[in-house]
Amino acid sequence: MDLSVKYLGLNLAHPLMPGASPFVDDLDRVKRLEDAGASAIVMHSLFEEQISGEEVATARATETHANSSGEASSYLPDPPDFRLGPDEYLEQLRKLKQTVRVPVVASLNGTTRGGWLRFAKLMQEAGADALELNVYDLATDFETRGDAVEERMVSLVQAVKKDVTIPVAVKLSPFYSSLANVARRLEEAGADGLVLFNRFYQPDINVEELEVERALQLSTSSELPLRLRWLAILSGRVRPSLAVTGGVHTPVDVIKSVMAGAHAVQLVSALLQRGPEYLRVLRAELARFLEEHEYESLEQMRGSMDLLACPDPKAYERANYMHMLQSWRF
Amino acid sequence: MSERRLVTLDGNEAAASVAFRTSEVIAIYPITPSSNMGEFSDDWAALGKKNIWGAIPDVNEMQSEGGAAGAVHGALQAGALTSTFTASQGLLLMIPNMYKIAGELTSFAMHVAARTVAANALSIFGDHSDVMACRQIGFALLSSDSVQEAHDLAAVATMATLRSRIPFLHFFDGFRTSHEVAKIEELSDDDLRALIDDDLILAHRKRAMTPDAPFIRGTAQNPDVFFQAREACNSFYTACPAIVQGEMDRFAKLTGRHYHLFDYFGHPEAERVVVIMGSGGSTARETVDYLLSKGEKVGVLQVRLYRPLDIDAFVAALPKSVQSIAVLDRTKEPGAIGEPMYLDVVAALRETKESGVSAFKTDPKVIGGRYGLSSKEFTPAMVKAVYDELAKEKPKNHFTVGIMDDVTHHSLAYDLEFDIEPKEVVRALFWGLGADGTVGANKNSIKIIGEETPNFAQGYFVYDSKKSGAVTVSHLRFGPKPIRSAYLVSRANFVACHQFEFLTKYDMAEFAVPGGVFLLNAPFDKDQIWDELPCEVQEQIVTKKLRFYVIDALKVAQATGMGGRINTIMQTCFFAISGVLPREEAIEHIKHAIDKTYGKKGAEVARRNKEAVDQTLANLQQVAVPAAATSTTMRPPIVPVEAPDFVQKVTALMASGKGDLLPVSAFPPDGTWPTATARWEKRNIAVDIPVWDEKICIQCNKCALVCPHAAIRVKVYDPALLAKAPATYKSVDFKAADFKGSKYTVQVAPEDCTGCTLCVMVCPAKDKGNPKHKSLDMAPQRPIRETERENFNFFLDLPEVDRSKVKTSDVKGAQFLEPLFEYSGACTGCGETPYVKLMTQLYGDRTLVANATGCSSIYGANLPTTPYAKNKEGRGPAWSNSLFEDNAEFGFGMRLAIDAHSREAAALAKKMSATLGDELVTALVGADQSTEGAIAEQRARVEALRQKLAKVPGEEASRLLSVADYLVRKNVWIVGGDGWAYDIGYGGLDHVLSMNRDVNILVLDTEVYSNTGGQQSKATPLGAAAKFAAAGKSIAKKDLGLMAMSYGHVYVARIAFGAKDAQTVKAFIEAESYPGPSLIIAYSHCIAHGYDMAYGLEQQKLAVGSGIWPLYRFDPRRVAAGQPPLTLDSGAPTNSVADYMKGETRFRMVEKQDPVRFKHLQEAARKGALQQVAVYQQLSALTVPRIAAEDAKPASTLPTTGKAN
Repeated sequence: MDLSVKYLGLNLAHPLMPGASPFVDDLDRVKRLEDAGASAIVMHSLFEEQISGEEVATARATETHANSSGEASSYLPDPPDFRLGPDEYLEQLRKLKQTVRVPVVASLNGTTRGGWLRFAKLMQEAGADALELNVYDLATDFETRGDAVEERMVSLVQAVKKDVTIPVAVKLSPFYSSLANVARRLEEAGADGLVLFNRFYQPDINVEELEVERALQLSTSSELPLRLRWLAILSGRVRPSLAVTGGVHTPVDVIKSVMAGAHAVQLVSALLQRGPEYLRVLRAELARFLEEHEYESLEQMRGSMDLLACPDPKAYERANYMHMLQSWRF
Repeated sequence: MSERRLVTLDGNEAAASVAFRTSEVIAIYPITPSSNMGEFSDDWAALGKKNIWGAIPDVNEMQSEGGAAGAVHGALQAGALTSTFTASQGLLLMIPNMYKIAGELTSFAMHVAARTVAANALSIFGDHSDVMACRQIGFALLSSDSVQEAHDLAAVATMATLRSRIPFLHFFDGFRTSHEVAKIEELSDDDLRALIDDDLILAHRKRAMTPDAPFIRGTAQNPDVFFQAREACNSFYTACPAIVQGEMDRFAKLTGRHYHLFDYFGHPEAERVVVIMGSGGSTARETVDYLLSKGEKVGVLQVRLYRPLDIDAFVAALPKSVQSIAVLDRTKEPGAIGEPMYLDVVAALRETKESGVSAFKTDPKVIGGRYGLSSKEFTPAMVKAVYDELAKEKPKNHFTVGIMDDVTHHSLAYDLEFDIEPKEVVRALFWGLGADGTVGANKNSIKIIGEETPNFAQGYFVYDSKKSGAVTVSHLRFGPKPIRSAYLVSRANFVACHQFEFLTKYDMAEFAVPGGVFLLNAPFDKDQIWDELPCEVQEQIVTKKLRFYVIDALKVAQATGMGGRINTIMQTCFFAISGVLPREEAIEHIKHAIDKTYGKKGAEVARRNKEAVDQTLANLQQVAVPAAATSTTMRPPIVPVEAPDFVQKVTALMASGKGDLLPVSAFPPDGTWPTATARWEKRNIAVDIPVWDEKICIQCNKCALVCPHAAIRVKVYDPALLAKAPATYKSVDFKAADFKGSKYTVQVAPEDCTGCTLCVMVCPAKDKGNPKHKSLDMAPQRPIRETERENFNFFLDLPEVDRSKVKTSDVKGAQFLEPLFEYSGACTGCGETPYVKLMTQLYGDRTLVANATGCSSIYGANLPTTPYAKNKEGRGPAWSNSLFEDNAEFGFGMRLAIDAHSREAAALAKKMSATLGDELVTALVGADQSTEGAIAEQRARVEALRQKLAKVPGEEASRLLSVADYLVRKNVWIVGGDGWAYDIGYGGLDHVLSMNRDVNILVLDTEVYSNTGGQQSKATPLGAAAKFAAAGKSIAKKDLGLMAMSYGHVYVARIAFGAKDAQTVKAFIEAESYPGPSLIIAYSHCIAHGYDMAYGLEQQKLAVGSGIWPLYRFDPRRVAAGQPPLTLDSGAPTNSVADYMKGETRFRMVEKQDPVRFKHLQEAARKGALQQVAVYQQLSALTVPRIAAEDAKPASTLPTTGKAN
């Protein structure tokens, strides 16, 4: 069965790949993923905030005490190889490229137009086959309008596209007033792919300590329908290829995603829970389904249930339950 | 031949640069002010820099200078070109090996940043007392007087030792030269290769031990031969001076700088000559040049090769015309006829005369004098005073210069106004805080000017002795000629005050020349600032017609994300105003320097710095100065008027930076000083201080426990006392059952708090409706300074709690006890001082402290003010420091003396029991003293005894009176850091543990040598970066606790107050009550770990939670009860080692250098931690079997006791 698919201009053997996750920190696990048949590897994000935060914190922690005593001009060594910044990430990217044959998608997370944009180019130079940009930030400023948030995101994508020649995907959140319009504007900005959707650390309240704690729960299949809806709405209507992430756990989840229009299906929680080898199972089940249902290829199935093609598009479009009487006709 | 570079560096780097490139092996141990030489070498080795033969020298840190000397000796014996660096006490520890190295005629050059040897007090500063203690060994002593010379003569020493086989001690003045930054011409590798004769290296190697051509060296010799054999080396010493001169001549041919064994500068027919060695020679030369221009016939003889002393060369160097000579020694030898160089000169001239050589027109008079001890300033005015003295018919011999000796009247008077600094030299002074980066920025400015312009540049930096809120003064000079002024700037063209608060403390504008610049960082603009200045400052500005500039640097820093770092902002101001360089060019250089500094580890930091530079110019304002001073506000007194007389007269002057003015009579002659003086120095260094909300406080007292500075305190007291409370004084009903009906207060010492926030971090009491508000929140200090000062004074006057009624065994109770360690100069957020403070709360009124040298001795005893305090009865810790290496033994000795006194007291009391009353004596001698109540009762009995004895005549009564206080149980606390306990003092510590006497040892374990700048010790944990382990330590931390437990009779506890404060208190109480040796190993977070100390408690929790730092108590007393002696107080790990490590730069640094290696180290640390916890878990379940007594054994099989040799 031909499961091949084109995602971000990359020819992939099939749509299944690990999503952005700590998998890539461990080359052995990455190798296991490739052995299990991953069609590409997506790295976790290099965080702008983390890099600049660590730089500033390290400078404060080390400089505050330097040159303040006759007995010690500093309190920590200054080894030549001690570098903060993206080097570690880029090094891992280089190693991944040496380790696997499938394409490697590097991921970059930032929200300002600071120096971090240069990291995109460095990732390209380090061998990334594509980039996944994570440009969402929680707009908590009461003075910032929604269109300004969108504008900032679009301009960041434009800036990155100017810097690199490799394909760029944008990882989206579902929280926009007009997601379809956002997708269109990203398309115009040059995005080569859209990844639906980001999952975030969510706050939780410790009622004893009166503290807010952050936690990232693993996803469940219940999160998939939101993604299916937007895949279906965007499928066939925008040029960028589409990836689904968050909520794909079972073979049926995969099939639904492809039917809704996904070119790529990214898996994290399922692989964390069941191990890298589960990817092989999903692939086999996908192939079996296609064969059993006599599809010619995966491409035939892809988008078959999107908004354009499905028998009941209203099901995707309606947000609220509506009482309808079969007899209620005009 | 490669072209020589002009470089800007300090004396340590200058010397180390040559030593590194001409060594195969370097063994070192950190000691101020030489530590940097070892650090540079280690850094260069890490960078892969090579010596001139293409190999990377093997740099190793040892456990002491004694160890370093041993390693050096071994490396030399096995044929390596070897070097070391040291100073002061460190050099003294090397002496035994130095005798061997010299006796074996070994080619070896060592480099010493000469420093005062501790006597009446420790001093980290410079003089020649250490090198003079080596003049008899058989080492050649070669002296440099400047940064360039420290570089050049390091090479000459290396060349000469190879040719002469005499080992060389090359030295230069600690701090004045070791830390002076100057522009010098660097010797290239090609130069060094050309200077060092390869054949001599081969000869050195040929003399090495090898089994391929074996010999024996280091024999033991008997009276029949030792003497002759010792004399066999004479010809080498005779030949040495000519060899040195020969090497100096070769050096001159290559570089153009010609040195001599004795260099004479001055009038060819000088009548008055000063003989001097070291940096003072530079100042003397500068003064001579000036006096020559005034027509005076004077000269100076700079001694370079002091040993072997070549009489002929010395005499030949002096002008024939000389009539009087002053020999200046930078050392003191109490009881000697004179200082060593003076005696040498007298003897040299006498021998010359007796040999029949007529060297001079008339026999010159010779006088000797001391100057510059412990980096005391040595200025042209003092040099002139010496020449003036030499002109007298009967000049004063054995004089001192630079001080006022109003006791023995040895000192020469000098003219404070005498100024010879050339006009073309630009002089600048900068007052800053250690934390604001002033010194770093100035070092940078010197580099820019030195390396980007044809100007010469000099920088020297003065630091106060505090570790928090440390004041720094940078002294900078720039000029077209090499700068010889080896003294501080006292008249500056440019004076900058980087902290507005300093205006009320220091007279900075006083140092400005008329028409000079005064730059002030202040939270006011040009229109407001004038009215904010104290009257004295306004007057200086008006009278001297100073150009006055102001900038709100903090505002610029905050707007550009720089936090409190104002360094680049103030640096930009300096270049903008001073015009040393064209403004645009200067800014370009500053930005380039920023990129160089932050390029690899802080693109974001660099961006912010550059933005700060750009925004500075827009905020720099010149102030229109009115015609006259308008302010009515004067500077407040340095110490309050109620301070004791000594503090008013002596301490206050020192605290205001004017200690130089104090005469000899002001000082105790034996180094004995009053305690409890820190309370008089109100430093006001916190921007924000904690404010207590009494309504939500749960009264846990944790805030008081964690405070490193005893600046937040708690009391319970009678409500009636509130009648006279200030209006804003806060109190609340005390909640617990004990002291029911009392009031309770948490009070902050607003002017002593350093703003570390540890109390806020630990505070568990949150406002339920608004949990971000806690019972302690930080708030700006300035608006509440006055009211809180009044509140704190009221609080202090409230009576202390009755110690016998407090439950001292828990955190809460212990914190009601008065701290007798307060307001130390320790770092903001220090992780050591809470333990020291707790010890003084529990036992300070009956404790002797033996303190190892290190952080705890510096914040514990560095003048002007010291933190150990007294209670209202006048009791408090008696404190002393002996050395770094001997602290356990030092404390042990105290124990022996106390025990002798108490034994004598008991014996005498029993003997006099008829006179004193049986009942009293029985009670006194047999008293239980295990509780505070029992101690109070015993104190009452001793008082009764004293009263009785006062009426009893006779020798026995007076003897008993002198030791009566020892009937009250005294503690010895032996306190020090891990450098002492794990490394240099371990042998002694181990021995004292084995001695089964009642001493309490508190190891403040920061896991590095904190005081000297974070060098690794054997306490440094696996995976952490430290100096000399920059790539991350690959060996696990030594388990000192387990080693001590192996004795069986030692009480051992491992504690971390941030993780489990109750266990900390319990450990102190058990250790004190244990009648044998007790060892407490205390986790002490430290700035050398590389994170904001506000999170110190968090990191302690994570360390314990990861199993890296298990908490336990090992109490041998439990064995008798059939219980396991070890109690493990921390359970199974609750967080990962990774969670602990990721929060500290010392670990992150290793990860970011080499993630794969770090992963291995972290994994090893994780396994090690789990294994450690598992082992302790097993041990904590282990009871020691009780073996029944055997029936009587034949005497012959009993173990013998006795002393082995």
